[in-house]
Amino acid sequence: MGTMVSRLWAWFDARMPSLAEQWKIHAAEYYAPKNFNFWYYFGSLAGMVLVIQIVSGIFLTMNYKPDAALAFGSVEYIMRDVSAGWLIRYIHSTGASAFFIVIYLHMFRGLLYGSYKEPRELVWIFGVLIYLTLMGEAFFGYLLPWGQMSYWGAQVIVNLFGTVPFIGPDLALWIRGDYVVSDVTLNRFFALHVIAFPLVLLGLIVAHILALHDVGSNNPDGVEIKKHKDSSGHPLDGIPFHPYYTVKDLVGAVVFLVIFCAVLFFAPEMGGYFLEANNFIPADPLKTPEHIAPVWYFTPYYSILRAVPPLFASQFPGVVAMGVAVMILFFLPWLDRSAVRSIRYRGRLYKWALGVFVVVFFILGYLGVNPTTVWGQFGFDAFFLDTKDRATWVARVCTLLYFGFFFLMPWYTARDEVKPVPERVTA
Amino acid sequence: MSDQQKVDKTRRNLVVATSAVGAAAGVGVAIPFVASMTPSEKAKAAGAPVEIDLTHVAPGELAVVEWRGKPVWVIHRTKEMIESLKMAAPRLTDPESKSSKQPSYAKNDVRSENPEWMVMEGVCTHLGCSPQLRPAEAKAEMGADWVGGFYCPCHGSKFDLAGRVYRGSPAPVNLVVPPYTLTDGKLVVGEDKETKGA
Repeated sequence: MGTMVSRLWAWFDARMPSLAEQWKIHAAEYYAPKNFNFWYYFGSLAGMVLVIQIVSGIFLTMNYKPDAALAFGSVEYIMRDVSAGWLIRYIHSTGASAFFIVIYLHMFRGLLYGSYKEPRELVWIFGVLIYLTLMGEAFFGYLLPWGQMSYWGAQVIVNLFGTVPFIGPDLALWIRGDYVVSDVTLNRFFALHVIAFPLVLLGLIVAHILALHDVGSNNPDGVEIKKHKDSSGHPLDGIPFHPYYTVKDLVGAVVFLVIFCAVLFFAPEMGGYFLEANNFIPADPLKTPEHIAPVWYFTPYYSILRAVPPLFASQFPGVVAMGVAVMILFFLPWLDRSAVRSIRYRGRLYKWALGVFVVVFFILGYLGVNPTTVWGQFGFDAFFLDTKDRATWVARVCTLLYFGFFFLMPWYTARDEVKPVPERVTA
Repeated sequence: MSDQQKVDKTRRNLVVATSAVGAAAGVGVAIPFVASMTPSEKAKAAGAPVEIDLTHVAPGELAVVEWRGKPVWVIHRTKEMIESLKMAAPRLTDPESKSSKQPSYAKNDVRSENPEWMVMEGVCTHLGCSPQLRPAEAKAEMGADWVGGFYCPCHGSKFDLAGRVYRGSPAPVNLVVPPYTLTDGKLVVGEDKETKGA
């Protein structure tokens, strides 16, 4: 039996040797630093969530109908009548939020250890592109249940494009394919959600991993492991990805799945954060719900949008601020002038900046799920108070801090007092 | 590389020309695909005028009709409501409707042809949500100086009963007044002398 298998493999390998070669390059002989910690789980977890989303998504399309008259009903049909349909849909909706949680943690790891710094700029840029594509994917997917929140969320986001000077109205019309969000819009968002964007996403992920494996992984110490190699040319501080990290990641996957299943079975709506209450009401183009807010993963940017007052009778500045808030990520490798990568050897300035950034991101996220009146109004009046809502002013301060983190980065990272970096990785 | 000196110019020009033609063909092929995403003939046809019977709309009431898939509000304004417009005026961004969109017959203090009948698109000029009626009685929620108007739940824009936006709202301009024709007891939205003439 053993010889049968090995002879079959030899037959295969003689005809397609590149398969074994790729396995070596990307797994068995991909040397990753031996000091990976907790923060290094989220890349492989993102890959797993992607598979979960693709598989559950395929099964959802078997019963879903991308038609404004049928969509809402078909989702209810999946939830009530299709065998295990409720499970598959909750896997997909929980997976969407899980995807963003994992991606945000993955990106935060980059900020902690300077993983975007030379020579890993391309790895980071592909990563930001993946994040952008994922935002689009999530946005298109959110329209499909054709609930009130789906409808009005899409209405608001498409109108963001409508604020672009000169071409805006035509651009929004082109995206919708109609004068309002309608059956036409639903139909094309379905196409983009199930085919176009997943394909782009897969391509970008391949590029992200190829770019990573060309330059090699960073690590919590931010030192270059390729500097010290043994006689056979392998990094002294590196271990083969397979089996060492495949096994480690397996543990991470199990822990993740336990948490994922806990949410899936006990709190799939997550108190309105993963699935919003208003989305259980069919879309009504004539009535905006009392309070609309995007799903939690978009709310920091949504807060920034709301915080910027209109200028020159146009809401475009707010849209620009929101766009810049995301696009600025592309420039991170060049904004950071620090001589060291890892937070372990950075000085106080960066540690404070990163700490403030994280707090600000959470505050903006919190404000984004709430109406602007959530913290009441100022009791006094002043000429500069165009609005008395406290939350709007807090959001404005946070918006400035958010941009400060990036725009002041060349200044504070250059003058930060860094500690000496060790030659080799520490345990 | 020594071969570089011996580049065959004719071949290279052919390669450049072929690439350029190929790129042009690529753009050409993209055009029908991009065009397929613009509103179809069916979607365009759905933008026809709609007719509403006004005899059922009591004073102080708001009726909503659908035109081009958008909500259009018809408010039967009472005397107090018309008076409230003057009280709101000092707190508005553009009380004279200079930068907003409305037919010429609605470019006045009350933004309508007949002060009793206010017709406007119920679509926030910020990002397209539909604001909600907050009558003068809603002072508890809207503040003691509220004289009645509309409030957008999405981003908190406030409008008066003529759709004029309050200062400090995210919405930059007043609500849009669509073309309409008002004849006794009947309203046609989407059609007036100007659009017919055009």
